[in-house]
Amino acid sequence: MKNKEPLILVVVVAFTLLTYWLVEPFAHSQMHKHVESEHFAYADLAKLTKDGDVANGKVLVTGAAACAGCHSITKEGIAANVDAVTAAATYGVNPPDLSNAGVLFEARFLADLIKNPAHALKVEHKFDAAKGQMHPMVAFYGAGGDIDQEIADIVAYLQSIAVTKEELTPKMAFENACGRCHSMSYENWTQIGEKPKFKHKKDSLAFDIKVLEYQDSIVKYMGKLPPDLSMYYRSRSEHFLSTFIENPQSQLEGTAMPRVGVTAEVAEKIIEHMADAGDTKRAERASVGANVMIYIIFFAIFAFLWKRSVWRDLH
Amino acid sequence: MAHFTKATSVKDWLNQRLAVEKIEKVMASEYWIPKNINFLWAMGMILAITFALLLVSGIFLLMYYNPDVNLAFDSVNYTIMREVDFGWLWRHVHGVAASVVFLVIYIHMFTGIYYGSYKKGREMIWLSGMLLFVTFSAEAFSGYMLPWGQMSYWAGMVITNIFSLGGLHMDGLVEWIRGDYVPAQAFLTRFFMLHVFLLPLAIMGLIGLHFAALRIPHVNNQDGEEIDFDAEAKKYLDGDKAGSKVMRFANDFMSKDMMVVGIYLIFFFYLVFYNYGFAMDPVNFDPANGLKTPTHIYPEWYFLWSYEILRPFSINIGLMAFGFAQVIFMLLPWLDRSPNAVPASRRGKFKIWFWLLLVDMIVLTAMGKLPPQGIFSTIGLVAALGFIALWIALPFITMNEKKV
Repeated sequence: MKNKEPLILVVVVAFTLLTYWLVEPFAHSQMHKHVESEHFAYADLAKLTKDGDVANGKVLVTGAAACAGCHSITKEGIAANVDAVTAAATYGVNPPDLSNAGVLFEARFLADLIKNPAHALKVEHKFDAAKGQMHPMVAFYGAGGDIDQEIADIVAYLQSIAVTKEELTPKMAFENACGRCHSMSYENWTQIGEKPKFKHKKDSLAFDIKVLEYQDSIVKYMGKLPPDLSMYYRSRSEHFLSTFIENPQSQLEGTAMPRVGVTAEVAEKIIEHMADAGDTKRAERASVGANVMIYIIFFAIFAFLWKRSVWRDLH
Repeated sequence: MAHFTKATSVKDWLNQRLAVEKIEKVMASEYWIPKNINFLWAMGMILAITFALLLVSGIFLLMYYNPDVNLAFDSVNYTIMREVDFGWLWRHVHGVAASVVFLVIYIHMFTGIYYGSYKKGREMIWLSGMLLFVTFSAEAFSGYMLPWGQMSYWAGMVITNIFSLGGLHMDGLVEWIRGDYVPAQAFLTRFFMLHVFLLPLAIMGLIGLHFAALRIPHVNNQDGEEIDFDAEAKKYLDGDKAGSKVMRFANDFMSKDMMVVGIYLIFFFYLVFYNYGFAMDPVNFDPANGLKTPTHIYPEWYFLWSYEILRPFSINIGLMAFGFAQVIFMLLPWLDRSPNAVPASRRGKFKIWFWLLLVDMIVLTAMGKLPPQGIFSTIGLVAALGFIALWIALPFITMNEKKV
């Protein structure tokens, strides 16, 4: 009698793969809007045409541009005027420390942000100056000279004080670019920083109250509490995260989340940090996986040899 | 009282008390299996192995899981996935096995349908198998609630709502099942109990029944041949192993079972380590939130075909169609009126019916996941009607089948 097993195997595998393709790749392609990456080019923003002067940038940042009125620059010894909770109560969210802004954000994004915050952040649907809805960050109107030159100077200064790309860790990238709105509880991160270990419960609760007060301010500012990002690496695809960071409006029109303006490299680091929180065992999975596969292939070979020896007498 | 003599060996000691030799013969060495069967007959062993994987991985997960609505999500995603050594491995094994077990169950079921293995004394095998399908479904659903993610919560909401039975508005029944107006602590704790105790117990009992039901009618074969098991067994025991039409379960058939299991485990562990996404829905990695309905709510892939029978109709008709789909497979041995217990390939119209049913259920599965819009709704409706029509047609097309 002809051996039908190869044909049966082909039929079983073909129907299984067809079903898999229909319910996974095909169904998901129909359910979710596909957004193409723009490779963090920020093509809608004007390119910097002037060469910046670091020294003049420093003068502007600490002087006429009044950046330090709201922003701390700890690296340059400029501390915050008020603590994060008080700052958030005033501005909605704690204004970022500018020490590493130069490495985190794309230059043309920084330039546009300084000139017109709501535009660069893509939150003009929320902050329309004509309707009196002012963005909490005041735009820079120039210090009397050529405004484009002045902005180029500021950007050059910020770039000069920032750590290098290599020194910027995934954790730093996440905390600076995302961590003032988003918590990451699995990494012990709150919107006001990493929660320290307290000896006394009273101190721990006092810290929690500060976090809650800060969160109340963000809820008022954003409409809802931005989600905890601990498991976002598993609940969203990498492509989704990357395109969302690039331009939140492209995936979720009308969202209160501003465009972050980070460079492509920084976005990769942010996603790496999210993987460090939500998929901590990926390296172990790869190494255990390889060993298990080798073991199972040997098991299958021995099982096949055993079958052959047993069945020799049966035919 | 039986007469006991001084034992000559440990085996003899056990033999006098437990009849181990007799048990070994009945269960293994003189449990006769036809030779003319193919690898599809190894699906039972694959299911047993997969169930064992689920049981063992489940025991490890149970040591750290916390059935509290405030802790459940973190006990899975933080404690088990990050803190516990190899917790991630047990979870991925458990999640993938829960999905793959249904693939194998469906292959096992369609093998039974194709070869007519529910006929002529094998009705109890079919019925106990279908009961296993139902309990496995309940087990899968209750387990899906436990991580308390968005899909757990909303699938729990949707499925328990079904019990209001549409126009009958039995909201009281829904509340009784949930123990609350919405899925909450009472709901989670009772589904936890069902998942880790009552349903596994029922499954183990039913597996015993399923095996017992196989004992008297024996395993079917791929040619629909009626075998005189006593005569063939005698031939085998007299030394004509090659000429006999039967073989021992162990080690003869078991060696083949193990070969198929080996190949299956390569596939299984490939999924566990490299392609687990299909079994662990991304949406369920967002914690449950009763104020935020996910854009798309869909069940796991193995429930999609029956979900799609519910979905394209108005609520009351949909529920009736859904109820029909849940029980109709049970009635297969009586709806098939043909006297032939042979492969579908030799049964004329039944052959067409078999392949149509298979394709129809794959179409239903695909449409069950896709958003119910435009052409997908239409295809879903046609496939749902087709499913019902196929089952109504079955007695008529098998009634006049000629004896082969």
